[in-house]
Formats: sequence, C-alpha cells, structure tokens
Amino acid sequence: METGRTTRRQVLTAIGMVGGSAALYQAMTTMGHASETQFAGPPKLSGARTGASVVVLGAGLAGMLAAYELSKAGYKVRILEYQARAGGRNWSLYGGDTYTELGGATQKIGFAQGHYLNPGPWRIPHHHRTLLHYCKQFGVALEPFIQFNHSCYVHSSDAFGGKPVRYREAAADFEGNVAELLGKAIDQKSLDKELSQEDREKLMEALRDWGMLDKDMRYKTNLLSSEHRGYERPPGGGVDGAPIPSQIFNVHDVLNSNIWRNMAFFMNHEMQTTMFQPVGGMGMIGQAFARQVQPMITHNAKVSKINQDKSGVTVTYSDTGTGTVSQAKADFCVCTIPLGVLNQIENNLSPAKKSAVAAVPYSNSVKIGLQMARRFWEEDDYIYGGHSFTSQDIALVSYPNYHLFKDGPGVLLGAFASGAGAYRLAGMTPEQRIEAALAQGSVFHPGTYRKEFQNGASVAWSRVPWTLGCCARWNEETRKTHYQTLVAVDDRVVLAGEHASYVGCWMEGALLSSLDAITRLHKRALEA
Amino acid sequence: MAKVTRAAWTAILMLAATPVLAQAPAAGDTAGSAPTKTPPPITGAQVYTQVCQACHMADAKGGSGAAIIPALAKNPRLAEPGYPVGMVLQGRGAMPALGDLLDPAQIASVVTYIRTHFGNNYRKPVTEAEVKLMAGQ
Repeated sequence: METGRTTRRQVLTAIGMVGGSAALYQAMTTMGHASETQFAGPPKLSGARTGASVVVLGAGLAGMLAAYELSKAGYKVRILEYQARAGGRNWSLYGGDTYTELGGATQKIGFAQGHYLNPGPWRIPHHHRTLLHYCKQFGVALEPFIQFNHSCYVHSSDAFGGKPVRYREAAADFEGNVAELLGKAIDQKSLDKELSQEDREKLMEALRDWGMLDKDMRYKTNLLSSEHRGYERPPGGGVDGAPIPSQIFNVHDVLNSNIWRNMAFFMNHEMQTTMFQPVGGMGMIGQAFARQVQPMITHNAKVSKINQDKSGVTVTYSDTGTGTVSQAKADFCVCTIPLGVLNQIENNLSPAKKSAVAAVPYSNSVKIGLQMARRFWEEDDYIYGGHSFTSQDIALVSYPNYHLFKDGPGVLLGAFASGAGAYRLAGMTPEQRIEAALAQGSVFHPGTYRKEFQNGASVAWSRVPWTLGCCARWNEETRKTHYQTLVAVDDRVVLAGEHASYVGCWMEGALLSSLDAITRLHKRALEA
Repeated sequence: MAKVTRAAWTAILMLAATPVLAQAPAAGDTAGSAPTKTPPPITGAQVYTQVCQACHMADAKGGSGAAIIPALAKNPRLAEPGYPVGMVLQGRGAMPALGDLLDPAQIASVVTYIRTHFGNNYRKPVTEAEVKLMAGQ
C-alpha cells in the first residue's frame, strides 16, 4: 500500500473515515459512481436501550419503513393508522372496493378481476434505489412501465384544427424545423462568432442527420422525414412495397401544439425510461411493507393529541368505529401524518415546528380510471402503453401496461389532472367526473371511447379524508424558512414522509426521509 | 483498517472544497401536458364551483375525516373580509395559497359570492382594489 499508487477504494475508505457517509456519497458522485441516488443501503441501527419504545403515526411507506428498521434495531414499536388499510398514498383500487371521499360521496369500484386504478403513485423511476431495494427485499414483483410511446397522441385545441396527431409526427416536425432553422443561421453567418469553421461544419452534419434534412439542409415531405414521423403508406412487400411519405405539418401548428413540453417532460430525470410498476397494482408495495409490520399496527386510530415531556411521548387517539379514546405512550415518536392533517392536531411541538407544519400547502390532483369493454387503443390504434397528452382538464389518457393483447376489458387512466383542471374535476360528483373524462378523452378515440365504456372510478386528492390534499408543495422561500426546522428532531419527536424530503411527491422521498429521520432519532435515543 | 496514503489525503482535501450539489426543486409526478386551456372562471359563482368546491363542497359545508375542511356556510369568520381574502391569497395548513391561480378580480368575486351565499349575509362587496392592496400589488 505504500507504493505511491492510490486505488479508488483507498481514497473512498479514507473519505468514509474522516467525513462519514455524506462525504463518501459526495466523493462517489464526483468519481462517477452512485450519481443517481442518496441511498447508501439500509441503515445499520443497533443497540437500542432495553425496553426503549417508539410510537409511529401513520402506516404509509415512511411509517412502515421506520417501524420495520427500528424494531430490527431493538425498539418496541407501535403504529397508529387512521385507515383500515395500510399503505397510505401507495394504493390501488380494485373491483369490489368501496371508497368514500370527504363530503360523503361513495363509489363502489366495478373493475374486472385483475384490473385497477392507482390513485396515487403509479410509476417508479429506475434510480429510486431505496424503493427498489425494499421492493426486492419484501418480495414485490416489478414489471416495466411503458413510459414513452411515440405512437400515442398529442392534442391541443390551438393546433391541427383541434385534432390529435401522433407524438412521433409532431416531435419529428419540431426537430426537423429547428434543425433547418439552425442550419440557416449558420449559413447566414449568425454563428461565426460562437463557433469555429470546423465546429460549424460538424454541427451542420449533426443537424442534417438529427433533423432528417435533405442535401440542401431542408426539412421536407420525403422518405427522410417519414423515417422519423411515419409514412403515408409504410414499406411493404411485393408490388406495392414502396413506401409513400407522409405530409409534414405546418410549422405554426407544430409550435402551437406545445409538443416541446411533452418532449421536455421525457427528458426530466424522474421521467426517463426505464420505469417500473408492481405486478397487480401499485398497492402491492404497501401490502408487502404491511406484511413486515402488521402486528404493530392499530388501525382506525384517529390521533387527536401529541404531547411530549421529560418522560416520553403520549399520543391520544380515538377508534373511528367505536369512538373509544385511548392513549399510546412511548419514549419517542416518528410522525408521518400529512402536514395539513397534523396542523389540526393538538400538540406541544416547538412554536417554530408548528409554523413549519402550517406553512407548506398541498397540491391537488385527480385520477380517473375507465374500464373499456375491449382494448381498442391496441386493436384499432396500435398503442401499447404510454400517454396521450391533451390541453384539456384531464391532461392525459394513459394506456395500461399489463394484459397487453388480451381479449376482454382494460382499464385506462382517463385523467391525471393537476392545478386548475384538478380543482374543476375535484369539485364534481364522481358521476360528473366520469362524464367529463369520457367527453374529453373522446378527442383521442372518437366513436369508440363512449361506446366501449363500462364503468369508472375517480379519486380527487383534495377530498381524500386522510390527507386533505396530494403532496407537500415547497417553494424556495418555504424551503429556506422552514425546511430544516421541519426535519429537525424536536426533543422526542421527528417528522418523516415525502413532505420532509427534496424528492417531494415520490415514494422514494418518503423512504429517504424515513431512513434519515430514524437514524437521527436513534442517535438522539442513545444520547439520552 | 486500510492505511491512508498521501495521495488519498490530497484527494480528500480536494473533495472537501467541492461545493454541495445544488438542489433543484422537485416537481413531483405530473402528467407532462401543457397547462389546461379550459377558459378560466370569472363570476364568483364560477370561481366557487371550479375551485373552492373541490374541498369546501357544493353546499359549502366542508367535510370531516382525519382532519376538517371548514364549512364556509354560516361562518361568522367571514364577517371581516380581510380574513377570507388573506386565506385565499396566502393559504394556511391544508388550505392552499391560490394567489397564483386566481387574479385579484377573481378573488374579489368569489369572496363577495361566499359572503353573500350559503347562509352568509355580508352585503358589502369586496373590491379588486382591496384584494390588490392585501396582495401588496
């Protein structure tokens, strides 16, 4: 080892020694490893004091992971959960389920066996390593989620006369036009200052190849452009084997279609392929976590008070069925209750912590599942998974990634609304939402959409009784003022969940937050 | 434990000078579509139906689950118009700040509407100018 040559492992070991795991992570990132996650493996907690106890509030993924790891470390753990079901926002609705939203509207789900709606999370980025780690450990079978499908439609009321076009057509025309225009800018010597002669020539070659331009650097209706955007008559065999090119679109329509938004969307780190989903519905993850901690969970427990003092934490809760009021006492508390709910629970957390809890609003979102009698999107439109985008309130129609090519029904995601569109849909009755989803979704599949519709279900997150919203929405200002206060251990209580992370609104954020929270709480417990 | 060479220590010192990775605000999972082009609501009744009703319900009686969505019907806190205007602009707890979604004219319309409907009878309209003042515009 004293030869003067330093191995990467030596350096990393040294960094781990002086700087701990955070420095090690930073170093690994700099050296080109592990750049996609902060997950460094499950926490190595051990040596809990004999008899030390933790009460966990909420049996969502953050709460159940905290309970699992803390009990492994030797703590006596108890979980209080408001719902009769564990999993929290990790949730699938199946045929036979009943869902009652705030305000009392009740839906009896009518999906055929094996079909489902994921009201909350529905796709998993390949770099969400914490979630993928525990899925593997807890035996959750995963399958690919078809994220990017060039055959899906793009619709805007302002483009192509309000008619949907295929993603590949609009995207190819956008790129072709940009390539041609940039080529003209180079021709007109507009980029002579920025680029050397040699680089200009290289860029011209790149633009020609990437944009499918002809020898004159023009994007035109021909077999070149059709290779990206598709053909009027695709290549075939025999007498009529020769392809006929498709007509390129007017550039004004291409710009108006907002196709660049959809193109840029797929470039986001969290939206890049490969993505995954559990076989049988996202709720399989919550069920798998619950199998690890089920004996610790008290269901139907509505927390009304959290009080900590020198001797421990006392949580007052009532049974939502019987109304019986009870208390749970423990040395420490991991609270994963969504902030909008926690804000209404009496507590003696520090004033700064209370301000932080009150300061972070929640987003709204609406998902609608529509069961269709047959998979017409596959049979008639050659669409296998992926999303058709629209400028209407429903935002998209997404096609199922399971049971492909099967006869019989399929369940589409008929809306994934946010912002103004989600408020509008959320304010409707469940029946009105289905009607709106059918009316708007018909733009992609006129003639078949309503005809094949069998039944549907909707979840408006602003009316979900146990969250009063979808996810915590931080901004730069609230992050600066409140984030560190929110995540800090407050004597015996620590908060965890997607709201206590920078991976907000993702299951990964909930899990990373949970691991960080219990690691700090364990340290605090050993110091006590 | 492995011995640490001088080169390794040099590497550590260099890394210590590396700034912490900048955090980009995460957007969460979204549809990836262009914002909705449905025409925005204008009158107080329209704004109520298309925004407020999502949580406060069509009858303005709110709801109750793990926590409460307060009723706006027969709500004495609406007597002072600054209270509802402030809540709509800034939000609090589960109530989202809607100052980005709604303009001052829409907020004035809907607060006036709520204060004169659902068993509330506070006749004096809230003006766009008053909302702008509260929004610091």
